[in-house]
Amino acid sequence: MAMNKIRGAFTAPRKGETFELRAGLVSQYAYERKEAIQKTIMAMTLGKDVSALFPDVLKNIATSDLEQKKLVYLYLMNYAKSHPDLCILAVNTFVQDSEDPNPLIRALAIRTMGCIRVDKMVDYMEEPLRKTLRDESPYVRKTAAICVAKLFDLNPSMCLENGFLETLQELIGDPNPMVVANSVTALAEINQMSPEIDALQVTSSTLRKLLMALNECTEWGRVTILTTLANYKTTEVKESEHICERVVPQFQHVNPSVVLAAVKVVFLHMKNVNAEMSKNFLKKMAPPLVTLVSSAPEVQYVALRNIDLLLQKEPGILNKELRVFFCKYNDPPYVKFQKLEIMVRIANDRNVDQLLAELKEYALEVDMDFVRRAVKAIGQVAIKIESASEKCVNTLLDLINTKVNYVVQEAIVVIRDIFRKYPGYEGIIPTLCQCIDELDEPNARAALIWIVGEYAEKISNAGDILAGFVEGFNEEFSQTQLQILTAVVKLFLKRPDKAQGLVQKVLQAATAENDNPDVRDRAYIYWRLLSNTSDSNATKNIVLSEKPPIVSTVSSLPPALLEQLLTELSTLASVYHKPPEQFVGQGRFGADAVQQAAIEEQIQNARENPLAAAAAAAAVTGATPPPQAQSNIENLLDIDFDGTAPASAQKEPTNGMSGLEGLAGTPVRVESPAVGVPASSNNLDDLLGVFGSNDAVPSSAAGGVGVNGGSSNAMDLMNGFAGLDLSSNNAATSPSFPSQGTQPKKTNEDILSLF
Amino acid sequence: MLSGILIFNQKGENLIFRAFRNDCRPRLADIFRIQVISNAQVRSPILTLGSTTFSHVKHENIYLVAVTKSNANAALVFEFLYRLIVLGKGYFGKFDEEAIKNNFVLIYELLDEVLDFGYPQNTETDTLKMYITTEGVKSAIANSATDSSRITMQATGALSWRRADVKYRKNEAFVDVIEDVNLLMSATGTVLRADVTGQIVMRAYLSGTPECKFGLNDRLLLEGDNMTSSLGGRLDNATGSSSRRKNKTRAAAGSVTLEDCQFHQCVQLGRFDADRIISFVPPDGEFELMRYRATENVNLPFKVHPIVREIGTTKVEYSVAIKANYGSKLFASNVVVRIPTPLNTAKTVERTSQGRAKYEPEQNNIVWKIARFTGGSEYVLTAEATLSSMTHQKAWSRPPLSLSFSLLMFTSSGLLVRYLKVFEKSNYSSVKWVRYMTRAGSYEIRF
Repeated sequence: MAMNKIRGAFTAPRKGETFELRAGLVSQYAYERKEAIQKTIMAMTLGKDVSALFPDVLKNIATSDLEQKKLVYLYLMNYAKSHPDLCILAVNTFVQDSEDPNPLIRALAIRTMGCIRVDKMVDYMEEPLRKTLRDESPYVRKTAAICVAKLFDLNPSMCLENGFLETLQELIGDPNPMVVANSVTALAEINQMSPEIDALQVTSSTLRKLLMALNECTEWGRVTILTTLANYKTTEVKESEHICERVVPQFQHVNPSVVLAAVKVVFLHMKNVNAEMSKNFLKKMAPPLVTLVSSAPEVQYVALRNIDLLLQKEPGILNKELRVFFCKYNDPPYVKFQKLEIMVRIANDRNVDQLLAELKEYALEVDMDFVRRAVKAIGQVAIKIESASEKCVNTLLDLINTKVNYVVQEAIVVIRDIFRKYPGYEGIIPTLCQCIDELDEPNARAALIWIVGEYAEKISNAGDILAGFVEGFNEEFSQTQLQILTAVVKLFLKRPDKAQGLVQKVLQAATAENDNPDVRDRAYIYWRLLSNTSDSNATKNIVLSEKPPIVSTVSSLPPALLEQLLTELSTLASVYHKPPEQFVGQGRFGADAVQQAAIEEQIQNARENPLAAAAAAAAVTGATPPPQAQSNIENLLDIDFDGTAPASAQKEPTNGMSGLEGLAGTPVRVESPAVGVPASSNNLDDLLGVFGSNDAVPSSAAGGVGVNGGSSNAMDLMNGFAGLDLSSNNAATSPSFPSQGTQPKKTNEDILSLF
Repeated sequence: MLSGILIFNQKGENLIFRAFRNDCRPRLADIFRIQVISNAQVRSPILTLGSTTFSHVKHENIYLVAVTKSNANAALVFEFLYRLIVLGKGYFGKFDEEAIKNNFVLIYELLDEVLDFGYPQNTETDTLKMYITTEGVKSAIANSATDSSRITMQATGALSWRRADVKYRKNEAFVDVIEDVNLLMSATGTVLRADVTGQIVMRAYLSGTPECKFGLNDRLLLEGDNMTSSLGGRLDNATGSSSRRKNKTRAAAGSVTLEDCQFHQCVQLGRFDADRIISFVPPDGEFELMRYRATENVNLPFKVHPIVREIGTTKVEYSVAIKANYGSKLFASNVVVRIPTPLNTAKTVERTSQGRAKYEPEQNNIVWKIARFTGGSEYVLTAEATLSSMTHQKAWSRPPLSLSFSLLMFTSSGLLVRYLKVFEKSNYSSVKWVRYMTRAGSYEIRF
């Protein structure tokens, strides 16, 4: 059977396979030739190079068998580049086919011609393309419309000279909806390739045509049209109203991508209509958004990321829908994490009890990462909703009593944040102190030590606890060391009698035996402050000063970025919560321009909010150094495609520097500041920075911060030490600062101690 | 848009590689294999390396991967991949490695047709089947020019889902209302979440170009029927009816509130939005007319009371009672209760008052199957799991107990089909059949 023979091609290659195929391709029997073509395609798929067979395959192009023709065309598309001269032999067939009485063949010919990216072929495309654009069959016209975009990619000037763009613009008025959709698609593509031509001009008359076609074309066509509508800038309120009204019915489409595209249109145009109406639109938007949450997990993930964006802009839209976001046991982790974040966002004092019960349930599951995030969510809820804080704290205490190691650690970190907003919960400190021995993560240890230092006057054995930590000072992570230092100084200031010896011991250890500049610097500053005898209150005023309570631990995007992302709903940018320039490669986004923009944004940020910027800068150093191998692969990818090395490859880190150094300097992967999501365990994510895991900022930008904020970390970066620190995989010696963006307290102290 | 479509088997062998743009290089296949298939750490369906984005879904034993180099529409990409699966199932029955290896030529042909320059075109299985045919059945139709112009007209037309010349001797339409009821119940027996996702599947065997009107006991629609006053603008409609909701409770008795519905592309969405009338020209044969969601007054067909006691560290005792909460004339079939057991279960003993229970170690479940569950009855399972001792004692996370079943002539939401009217030029009479079924979606009970 033919079928078995085809399957045979998947087994190990036989000797002289190319020879055999060639014999088949020139066989006198049609069926043998066809079978040989099939086998050739199969070999091609498996990654074997069968380009040597090009002339022989080409001999089979003139056939009446449509299936065989398609296979030959497929082969041609793949190997045309390697045999540009021979392609000429196929031209005749293509031109002939483009005039075939059968529309399927005409369309096939023009479709394939556009995919053969050989200059000589392009020369012959003009005539067939002109004809097929005016073809009587809409099927051919819609294919030809896309072909214009293909041609533009190859030879823009030819496209312009022949007036193909004008023809496309006329086709927007075509009676056939699919032709309209494809024309819009092609124009949008051309517009993206070279925006200066302004190929896709939407006027009020094209707008009408688009709205007409919207109700009739295929689902994919609808997405195209809706995307175009979303980008359209209306001139008057009436027009916005009209667009919204016409698009709202699309919320009921079965295809989630149509629904999201429709949501995008309405959301963007809603701004222009009156408040009453836009409230109404928002109301209509909620049910379809909720429905998206029951689609396939991957689609759901995209939807959830988008809902997250929408909620940041319009926090109220899903107020009553908390239950929908409850995690199912079998949800994939990426969906669960996202649902958690959304639940926190829609938490309010009416649904908080329900939410807490649910979060507690999650905190008892087995997936460690998920459990941690659930615990963290409890903390976020406590800080978000004051009336629920007590319940949250009680829930956290319950969780601490489970004695599950990682739950306890995360809970302590969370409680530290709660203290920073509600200082009144000191009653639970004894319970926390009981778990001291179980904490092995620097973050959790640091949190507990901070609590002890902050409430030193109320904890009778604070001295003993801290003494224990001072004992092993040199074995701690520097993050913990910093906290020990501060806590001991606080204790000393509050109860000088108890900590005289301790403070000397710790300052000695931090200055003489420590090689971390941060720890040393801070110790020196404390030492200097403490030895200042002229004004004994000065030290107290600085170290024990009232800190501003934190407002929220729920991460949110900077408003400008949020606005930008809302125009990108449903795209990859909206999934990553990053502007597209950061992952879309070089292309027409000049690398310099992007970097410039990033620096400006950073400076702007620093001006507005020096603390957060400094925190973001500090977080750079907390990022996990990615394995060298991965950054290599990535660079290979880019080299492979563009022929030119990307910025990151040009300054390809030498031996000591890992890819992250490149990351800081590469505009393609500039990360947005102030996205404070906990570091994920996946190095790859960190490297790419597309999951909002770490707050890396470009080193040059951080330099700007350094000037403004004066944070010691930012200065490090400016001096170029960061790269060295990062590259060391030895965690014990590398500075691991808290990698949460929500750490103004620490930076606060940094700054305070500098003055 | 899409730069290429790749299909892999579980071992990471590249089965299909179709590039639509210049920037999709063969080498990408290796990169995906290394970075996703052989990397257990990956936790996201989207992965961007450099400027290349891989979006993948898994189906049966294959990976379907879309490669993009731009800021592509992620929702569309995934939806398209799922559509490919639907297409594959439509053509080969099952879309797995075997089917792909046996039909790779056809798959290339399909990909060529459904994507042009990486932009999705027509993906309707029925339409495609007219001119892309499975092996052997070389269509005489597609080769003759006049027929293909007809086909292409249809493939691009406003009624791209229906041929014009359909003829049946007997005109029939079958409507299946299939509901998936989702439940999440807490250990204390409170319902945390109960909702219904329903779909209405229609098999239309109707001649000509019939226009159908479809009516449900949708609360908003029923109110609309009773309203004599004019509705005013499109937008006023929704607010108007919700404000009238209170007054109309009596009129709307026996109706359901649909939170949201989605329709097949044949349904005129504008008309539904304006007057909640479902009006359409159906495709020929089977299709999903609509999907809906309901969250109010969900009738739960089964009440489950699990009692699970951990006795020391060596034993767990179960007592699970399950009661059917529907009329005694109905019966559910294929009721399966999955009762999780701790990971270190060594052996189990089960007793049931009905059906059979078995321990499945690979799933860590006791599976209790009841072939026929009559309405109103109540069955009990008691079981005991003996645990092997472990050096590292870790708390058991107690995953929820889950249920699957199917129950005919019952809708959890209370939805009913009120009418299906068929209008056609020739004015033939048609026979309509309606069937209801409720299945378990994610029916989970914590304990």
